[in-house]
Amino acid sequence: MDYIQNTPEDVAEMLRAVGASSIDDLFASIPADLRLTRPLDLPPALSEQDLVAHLETLAARNRVFEPTRSFLGAGGYNHFIPSVVDALASRGEFFSAYTPYQAEASQGTLQHIFEFQSMICELTGMEVANASHYDGATALQEAVAMSIDHTGRRKIVLSSALHPHARAVVRSIFRAMDVQIVEVAHVRGVTPVATLREAAQDAACVAIQNPNFLGGVEDLAGVAEAAHAAGAVAVASVHPLALAILKSPGEAGCDIAVGDAQPLGIPLSFGGPWCGFIAARRDFLREMPGRIVGETVDAEGKRGFVLTLQTREQHIRREKASSNICTNQALMALRATIYMEALGPSGMRRAAELCARRAHELAAKLARVPGVKLPYSAPFFHEFVAEIPHAAQTLARLQERGFLGGLFLHPFYRDLREHVLLCATERHAPEDLDAFVAALAECLR
Amino acid sequence: MKTIFEKSRPGRATVYFPPPAPGERPIEEILPRTALRARPPALPEVAELEVVRHFTELSHRTFSIDGNFYPLGSCTMKYNPRVNEKVAALPGFARLHPFQPAETVQGMLELLWRLERMLAEIAGMDAVTLQPAAGAQGELTGILLIRAHHVENRQGHRTEVLIPDSAHGTNPATATLCGYRTVSLKTDRRGGVDLEDLKAKLSDRTAALMITNPSTLGLFEERIRTIADLVHGAGGLVYMDGANMNAIQGKVRPGDFGVDVMHFNLHKTFSTPHGGGGPGSGPVACTKLLEPYLPVPRIVREGDRFSFDFSAPKSIGRVKSFWGNVGMHVRAYAYLRAHGPEGIRRNAEHAVLNANYLLARLRGTYKVAYDRPCMHEFVLDGSPFRKYGVRTLDIAKRLLDFRFHPPTIYFPLIVHEALMIEPTETENKETLDAFADAMLRIAEEARTNPEVVRTAPHTTAVKRLNEVKAAKEPIVRCSLCG
Repeated sequence: MDYIQNTPEDVAEMLRAVGASSIDDLFASIPADLRLTRPLDLPPALSEQDLVAHLETLAARNRVFEPTRSFLGAGGYNHFIPSVVDALASRGEFFSAYTPYQAEASQGTLQHIFEFQSMICELTGMEVANASHYDGATALQEAVAMSIDHTGRRKIVLSSALHPHARAVVRSIFRAMDVQIVEVAHVRGVTPVATLREAAQDAACVAIQNPNFLGGVEDLAGVAEAAHAAGAVAVASVHPLALAILKSPGEAGCDIAVGDAQPLGIPLSFGGPWCGFIAARRDFLREMPGRIVGETVDAEGKRGFVLTLQTREQHIRREKASSNICTNQALMALRATIYMEALGPSGMRRAAELCARRAHELAAKLARVPGVKLPYSAPFFHEFVAEIPHAAQTLARLQERGFLGGLFLHPFYRDLREHVLLCATERHAPEDLDAFVAALAECLR
Repeated sequence: MKTIFEKSRPGRATVYFPPPAPGERPIEEILPRTALRARPPALPEVAELEVVRHFTELSHRTFSIDGNFYPLGSCTMKYNPRVNEKVAALPGFARLHPFQPAETVQGMLELLWRLERMLAEIAGMDAVTLQPAAGAQGELTGILLIRAHHVENRQGHRTEVLIPDSAHGTNPATATLCGYRTVSLKTDRRGGVDLEDLKAKLSDRTAALMITNPSTLGLFEERIRTIADLVHGAGGLVYMDGANMNAIQGKVRPGDFGVDVMHFNLHKTFSTPHGGGGPGSGPVACTKLLEPYLPVPRIVREGDRFSFDFSAPKSIGRVKSFWGNVGMHVRAYAYLRAHGPEGIRRNAEHAVLNANYLLARLRGTYKVAYDRPCMHEFVLDGSPFRKYGVRTLDIAKRLLDFRFHPPTIYFPLIVHEALMIEPTETENKETLDAFADAMLRIAEEARTNPEVVRTAPHTTAVKRLNEVKAAKEPIVRCSLCG
């Protein structure tokens, strides 16, 4: 099947108007010896009915774990998504629109991005934000690039408690750019500020995550102070829902805040599409990559919104641009915007509190299971590390019982041998925690 | 219309979560005060009905393909089939956690593996990574592969990337990000790469040529084989920007004309929705030569089992978290399976037919930048209307009054008053005719009543917006909050 509307009569009439005798004539500029003379080796076309059946078969070969029985987080979170998010974000006007290059016809897109920017600023305690980025990891990479631009220095300091994928992305991109990367190892689940302070000498930035990949709440203000003492930029990667209760990077004195908006109403979708965000203090506005929506007035003085500061962008600056980013994640940012507006400050606070409450209940219950240890004492939000005997096998046994028991950390941190990262959210009722702890105890028996 | 902040009233909300249980400890007893924020974020307080009305009104102010013709050149605004949305939302795809063990996601991995094979066949290349999140990230990945190859082969003296002057701005930005110096290539009178200029600029400093084919002028680079041979002869590699694959899919394969690495824009060629500017997805295809450097993990098949392989010692590493914009991959896979080899080729044929038909109707009234049969898009030049005081921007704004989205304007940069038009294959003749009629009428207005064009649009929610003010006094967040 295809979605072409031209009838044979249309084709004949159009070819006449063009002055060609066949559609193939229109491809005359492709030299004959380059042309593909056989059909592509692709599977044959399916009717919609067969297509849906085929994809349902593929989908059925994946195991969907109930959110109440999943304790896996590690960068992707099972938060409740109000029905209104799906209903509004799936409106065809939103999903079949393009970048709002013609502002007068695209006030809808521009305004929802402006509201997204405004709320990201509120949450992060920052003054400016962009229209979204690919994901949290690439947002971090762009923040690092901003700090290199800002300071003219070519050394960066990363905490080892930043998400391993985010660190990997930073390494891939900056390897090509003659930038020195220093990693500061976490100590018992948090980044040691004294070590950061030393490493920050001559650095463009110090980048940490809060709560960090191991769940620990970092001393954000201490990190910001250590960075600034060395003349470096303080970059924090943050969980946006946690910011309903946790100290914001702005309050702590950080310069740039990044993160992934996935917890704000975006489905897990096996890791993407999600939605990165970048927010910063005002003096970074002109160094910020990507699209930015600004408020202005029309010819009659009426308020309107436009894409602004485009002279920063690659289509104008070309080889002088500090980022090549073009597209953003507008549809995902729209979901986050609807989510934040539907929940409001009280709903987001309640969701965040429930996350923290359930995770702390779970930790307390696990600590009473014989053999299980909680190795770290740092404060945590909704994720924490537990040491579980024969961790890998235990997780496999939990899986047989229908539970995703968390992330085995050894592949990411070689010195963590039997450590598992667990996450609880507002979707877990106290009974769900009990059922999981009972199953774990059984697996260990 | 008002922003949601202006609609906010303290205390108004819809409750989505269970109420506090009796005797719940306050959060201050669970987390230390030093970790907590001093004041709550000033987010808007509205009930769900207000949210529904707010976004419904915003949707009415959003220009979309579902609503109207959207001939935005180089963006390939074709119809987004609804079945793709339906299958991507299946719980078996949408509810998977990216760290779920491989044995629990065999259907997902099989889909991704099959999509890679299909894209490799369309590209005429050996291997594909689905990881890049957008075309620009695909470019970055592709140039990083080239760089890794040169570094491994002690070709570190290759420091230049050649880029035609008609290229997308992402190309030079990408090359610079990867540490290369960019060298601009001239366009010849027929709209192709100027071969003499290319020869003069090729040297042992050449790392790569980044070429868009069909070009951003909507023209197939007729001498692409010669160009690729020249670049290879100088020891460089050829990167192709796949933005315009919609015109040639199934007709010719980049691997067959000498391209070493390219990216696809799934949101263009394979119609995954643009969503107001994203998400995109920019898979990269390459030949055996560059395969060892592809990002990790790779998806591998052993018999009927699929898994992720992280063991690639020469890999450039990772360019994005997890496995790419997988939701877009499900849609693109569905699109390819719906079309099959015939449908994919027909898309290219009808995209090219529609573009040439529109060009035939506008030629004569509008100046054509490079007057040759075009591929799926073409570039007009609005300079002849300057004598009436009408610029391309004005023509674009006037089109809004006819409920058409304007073409891409002022790109490519080498055409001064450029209007780049791309109708795509999913539009019918009546729509193309109505658009052509509007364009002809605006040309007539420019001669007889230029004021109506210069002051357009007249029928949109807001009149022409002051972009200079927005940039000079930037307001990038709601002024009522915080």
